[in-house]
Amino acid sequence: MKTPIPNEALDLPALFPGILSADTRPGYSGWIVEKDNLLEFATALRDELGYDYLSSVTGVDYLPEGKMEIVYHVYKTTGGPGLVFKVQAPRQDPVEVPSLISIYPGAELQEREAWDLLGIKFTGHPDLRRILMWEGFAGHPLRKDWKEAYFEEEGKPLKSRWPEGKIVQAEDKNPFGDNIAYPDGFDPDKGKYEPEKALYAALRESQQDETGLPSDRIIVNMGPQHPSTHGVFRVAVMLDGETIVSLKPVMGYLHRNHEKIGERNTFLMNMPYTDRLDYLSSMSNNFGYALAVEKLMQIAVPERAEYIRVMMAELTRIANHCMAIGALFNDLGFFFTPLLYLLEERELILDIFEAVAGSRMMCNYFRFGGVARDLPEGVLEKIKGLCFERLPRRIDEIDRFLTENEIFRARGIGQGVLTAEDAIRYSAAGPLLRASGIPYDVRRAEPYSIYERFEFDVAVRYHGDIYDRYLVRLDEMRQSIRIVQQAVKGLPEGPIQTGKPQYQVRVPPGEAYGRVEGPKGELGFYVISTGKPNPWRYHVRAPSFINLTAFGPMCVGQKVADVVAVLGSIDIVLGETDR
Amino acid sequence: MYGKGILKGLGVSARHFIETYLDDIRWLGRKRYGSPEGIAHRASKKGRGIFTVQYPEEKVPVPEEFRFVPFLVYESNSNGDKSYRCTSCGICAKVCPPQCIWIVRNSDPATGRPIPDPAEFYIDADICMNCGLCAEYCPFDAIKMDHNYELASYGRVIFDKEKLGKPVAYYESIRPANAAKENAARAAKEAARAARAD
Repeated sequence: MKTPIPNEALDLPALFPGILSADTRPGYSGWIVEKDNLLEFATALRDELGYDYLSSVTGVDYLPEGKMEIVYHVYKTTGGPGLVFKVQAPRQDPVEVPSLISIYPGAELQEREAWDLLGIKFTGHPDLRRILMWEGFAGHPLRKDWKEAYFEEEGKPLKSRWPEGKIVQAEDKNPFGDNIAYPDGFDPDKGKYEPEKALYAALRESQQDETGLPSDRIIVNMGPQHPSTHGVFRVAVMLDGETIVSLKPVMGYLHRNHEKIGERNTFLMNMPYTDRLDYLSSMSNNFGYALAVEKLMQIAVPERAEYIRVMMAELTRIANHCMAIGALFNDLGFFFTPLLYLLEERELILDIFEAVAGSRMMCNYFRFGGVARDLPEGVLEKIKGLCFERLPRRIDEIDRFLTENEIFRARGIGQGVLTAEDAIRYSAAGPLLRASGIPYDVRRAEPYSIYERFEFDVAVRYHGDIYDRYLVRLDEMRQSIRIVQQAVKGLPEGPIQTGKPQYQVRVPPGEAYGRVEGPKGELGFYVISTGKPNPWRYHVRAPSFINLTAFGPMCVGQKVADVVAVLGSIDIVLGETDR
Repeated sequence: MYGKGILKGLGVSARHFIETYLDDIRWLGRKRYGSPEGIAHRASKKGRGIFTVQYPEEKVPVPEEFRFVPFLVYESNSNGDKSYRCTSCGICAKVCPPQCIWIVRNSDPATGRPIPDPAEFYIDADICMNCGLCAEYCPFDAIKMDHNYELASYGRVIFDKEKLGKPVAYYESIRPANAAKENAARAAKEAARAARAD
């Protein structure tokens, strides 16, 4: 690898003559790359310019212009702003674009998602199957000309709901439920329907057989109804005896096409929907979405609101890590004691959310240009009591309780290892990346909001195993307490929202990518506005989803019992994985 | 020594176990269970020992901002007629993310012209996601979020105007701080209007 060229000196069109042009649409930024030169460009980007971390891959359907666009966001793990590049292709079925999986393996699940939802075929992808939808699903739902079964209108607010006063339940419209469409040649009632054939073939494809000897391999399905998969999540593993040969995550059981709903909603309506992504840390989700739309609207947030936002986001991180550590120990067979001790602390944090936002988990607290309401009386005292007295003591107690436990050390140290290089390659984010020795934290790498004012350390550990992921989470909780303590001390008086609260915000046309360091990793929102009340495109870069890319490689060579432990250490929430 | 970590951990859980009894002893003579101060103590930063609340015998008091399915605020005049604050402007129906609000505007029986008053008002409580945007953006303080969360039922729940209506006194009892703030703002507005009229 050559020494990366510093960002300021970067003159991309000169470096890549003829294959690159600047994106000049109003409100847009980044570069448009020729489709045929994509691989060459991406290789140079990674090896020569140091953009080693592929954050997000997604597609946009520009139906009126008759083209599809694939948008890539890449970053340097050494920090600094990112680079956006796009590939355009004529809109046909399917659109064909070269896959970046050979350069950035972290694109695996994201490209599968783009294929599933938008019908973009990534040539060279070894396992391009549907991921969130099932095989018998007709069409690609995020395409703009695709309509769902009970389609009412293109965007909310729905005219049919007011002022006619007619109440129509969706199921009354179609009592026989016969509006289901299947793709051509697919009929689940006739002929042979083998939904798992492609999955098992992919499992066999990705196995690594060094010996070449014929031996019996067993396929074991864990889930979707399995107590340790944290929801309806399925893991298909191929075993050689008890050793894992290959592993594929299967998801989509909780899929509701959050992004299509988001495109139908107005900008403000999406705020409560983001709560339902990672429902254990809804304040962070609000934060990411608010940042993206504020970037588009180019509005600033008042000081007091910024401090409240940071306080809430960090309390969410503590609450989420309580759950993550507790669930990990639950999965490891420690049963409920650690989980319930940690849930006590989470409960007190949720009490604060309830007093501030009105709801324990579905907070819906952030607004564009501020927060919904000021801190009610007495809440600041509660936060102070928690962060200065109770939480530090309780986290130390958990540390004493669990860290030196020999059983946990035996099951955690050296298990489910993800090396630093692999963590970057597979686009792992958050505690998963930092436990592998990469001190990458969006709060530090590209500070948003007012994070550059606070003193905190980026928690990092170097072995990349289950034990270190636990330690990183414990450290992060301590750092979050430090940030909240500083925020409580510095909290200024003043307004909490810019301008008058509006129910219909005006968002100028353009694109924006807002990313925050969520408790589970980098959470990004890619929003495109055309100036209408509804977003044209609304994409979520979900950390629990993308972190699963590394799940298979982490498990190969482990025993089958470790799958549960490794999954617990990744810390996924199915609301976000399946969206 | 192998096993030291486990013993240390067991010590922590033993302390937790003993603490439950110690806390009961500390509360001798006072009611730790089934009393508001007991519940408040358990959910405070000092709470030790038994943490759980025995629902439905005990209920955690909800904070003022707590929000559940909305209700319509009405004012009663001296002969018991309800006058809803709602003007059927439809902002709540427009801002509602799951689009669960239906309104029919009333019309003047003599002229047939629409008047600012809801003839019918429905909220499909099955769809309502309790986000509180309707209450937040209502310019007339007419729709507010409720505190009653015990709505479980066997069938579909669609609330009509009768079911949604609750008196101002109820609103002021569940959200005293907010109601006081809004009343003050309304009084200031009235005063400004009166001053302009003079």
